[in-house]
Amino acid sequence: MNKIIKYVIADILRNKIMVIYTGFLLAASFSVFSLEDNTSKGLLSLLNIILIVVPLVSIIFSTIYMYNSVEFIELLVSQPLKRRTIWLSLFTGLASSLSIAFFIGAGIPVLLYQANWIGYTMVFSGIILSIIFAAIAFLATVKMRDKAKGIGAAIMLWLYFSLLFDGLVLFLLFQFADYPLEKPMIALSTLNPIDLSRILILLQLDVSAMMGYTGAVFKDFFGTSTGLIFSFFVLLTWIIIPVWYSTKKFNSKDL
Amino acid sequence: MGGHAEMRYFYFMIFCILNANASANTIYAGAKRTHKNIRSAIIAASNGDTVVVDAGIYNEQNLIVDKSIVLKGIGLPVLDGERKYEIISIKANHTVIDGFKLIHSGISSLEDLSGIKVYDSQYVVIRNNILEDTFFGIYIQNGLNCIIENNTLKAISIEEQQSGNGIHCWKGDSLKIIGNIILGHRDGIYFEFVKNSVIWRNISKNNIRYGLHFMFSNDDMYVNNVFRNNGSGVSVMYSNRIKMFSNYFEENWGDAAHGILLKEISDGYMEGNYFTKNTSAIFMEGANRIQMKRNVFENNGWALKIQASCVDVVLEYNNFIGNTFDVGTNGSLVLNQFKNNYWDKYEGYDLNKDKIGDIPYRPVSMYSMIVEKYPTAMILFRSFITTLLDKTEKILPSLTPENLKDSTPMMNKAF
Repeated sequence: MNKIIKYVIADILRNKIMVIYTGFLLAASFSVFSLEDNTSKGLLSLLNIILIVVPLVSIIFSTIYMYNSVEFIELLVSQPLKRRTIWLSLFTGLASSLSIAFFIGAGIPVLLYQANWIGYTMVFSGIILSIIFAAIAFLATVKMRDKAKGIGAAIMLWLYFSLLFDGLVLFLLFQFADYPLEKPMIALSTLNPIDLSRILILLQLDVSAMMGYTGAVFKDFFGTSTGLIFSFFVLLTWIIIPVWYSTKKFNSKDL
Repeated sequence: MGGHAEMRYFYFMIFCILNANASANTIYAGAKRTHKNIRSAIIAASNGDTVVVDAGIYNEQNLIVDKSIVLKGIGLPVLDGERKYEIISIKANHTVIDGFKLIHSGISSLEDLSGIKVYDSQYVVIRNNILEDTFFGIYIQNGLNCIIENNTLKAISIEEQQSGNGIHCWKGDSLKIIGNIILGHRDGIYFEFVKNSVIWRNISKNNIRYGLHFMFSNDDMYVNNVFRNNGSGVSVMYSNRIKMFSNYFEENWGDAAHGILLKEISDGYMEGNYFTKNTSAIFMEGANRIQMKRNVFENNGWALKIQASCVDVVLEYNNFIGNTFDVGTNGSLVLNQFKNNYWDKYEGYDLNKDKIGDIPYRPVSMYSMIVEKYPTAMILFRSFITTLLDKTEKILPSLTPENLKDSTPMMNKAF
């Protein structure tokens, strides 16, 4: 298992796209911090990168990588190895190399300029979003045999999580405006890892605006240690369920 | 010879001063003096005398000062109200209360028991006192030309009902409230029917309701005060011609908390104030002809909530920095003016280099309108979809008021 993980990491880190991605993150975060005169504005620009670019790159890159390594996977399956081991090592390799790329590209600048809770939350959210979207990509690839269909599905999933889901939330808000929606909103936010990470980061960033009644309800929940542990487990579930389901599918998949 | 004449004149002056002093006696009160308590010292005194009180604890019940005397404490003598009495009642003009520590006044909503209460008097000076655990702190009921200076007031109550105001002025003219520190009262400073007065260099913080509460008080001015972390910030209502200079409004957090609430205010003038970290820095309702110049709004939730009922409010040369929302409003009618302000969210350009942006800035965003209507939408704050909505709204304004704009936004900070 370790050998496969090592091989996958070495393979991906040498990949041109991954190098460009790391370079882009590095350039973006350093320029954001050095160009803006107040760091909180820089953090906000970086927030957009973490919430939009990181999931997009993670999901698309993972999907393409999986489709490109079909022959490699077939080769591995012909060896005396459990399918579960192969699939999980591939996932571990891919997820850790994406996380490493993010950590080098955005994590180090953030920790250099903002070594506080805001910074830690941002780095943590970026890494966990990289892993979650790799997991979702695995789900997409195991479900679709056709490469074009698979990549299309990945793009649709990204669009759903970063845009359509929020549109749906907004729609629900308008429809049920007469009801107290604070608590259902908390429940709803757990259905989207991007929203959840955004709220976690914002609770550290924009205190004043969040301190209104609604903000207070959110802060009462997400700001407490129970809320933090809860959101951590929700994010973990977002990794575990797609990985578990795709492993199950891969076990019985006709290659 | 001329020198001799000057000396004679000097002696005459000295004689005059001594003579003037001769009519005013100093009476001492204290454990080792003839007058063991302050009450008997006051009875012995006549108008113009000074009563000096030694350090110690005095249970005077309700001490009534009905003569024009100077009551001076040496080494902070303590007056204990035993949680039953109003501690000092002043019922004479030209009285001075200086250097006492007043503790444990009674609590009564019927009588408004206070640490020091001034009844219908003029030229009263209350300075250098410490008030702890009093219901109302210093209460001026129909006062003229009174000075309240350098006092520290600290209440310990938790509930609004069990707590009175720090400095409470009901009906008055030409009062001066200077350099006081007020903590934990219901309202830090309360003005009702008070005219031509000055509130200067006070610190009012951690009060249960308002740091400063103004009602029906015209022609007053407040300068260089700090209002921090009060239950609902500062509230100025139903008053005309109020001037506010260089005050600090900080950390007033909560849904109903405002840095300052301006309700039914006319002809006000605000300059050089700092609004930092408030949920909403200014909330304006029914305000008319207000001038706001060179104020700084920094890191607030809303810098300005201006209801459609406001008319002729002029904002110029203000700095808006790091606020979550710059301006919020509730309607499409705009009868106010924004000009030459600096907005850190401004994305325009300046081709002719006159330091004024060439395209107008619209401080009301689509998303702030949505949040105003549906507060729960706060959960979508800074999400991709709201950014997208804001951008489209900027290009084609449909929901946000068309006229609410700064046509001459500054490219750099206004000052």
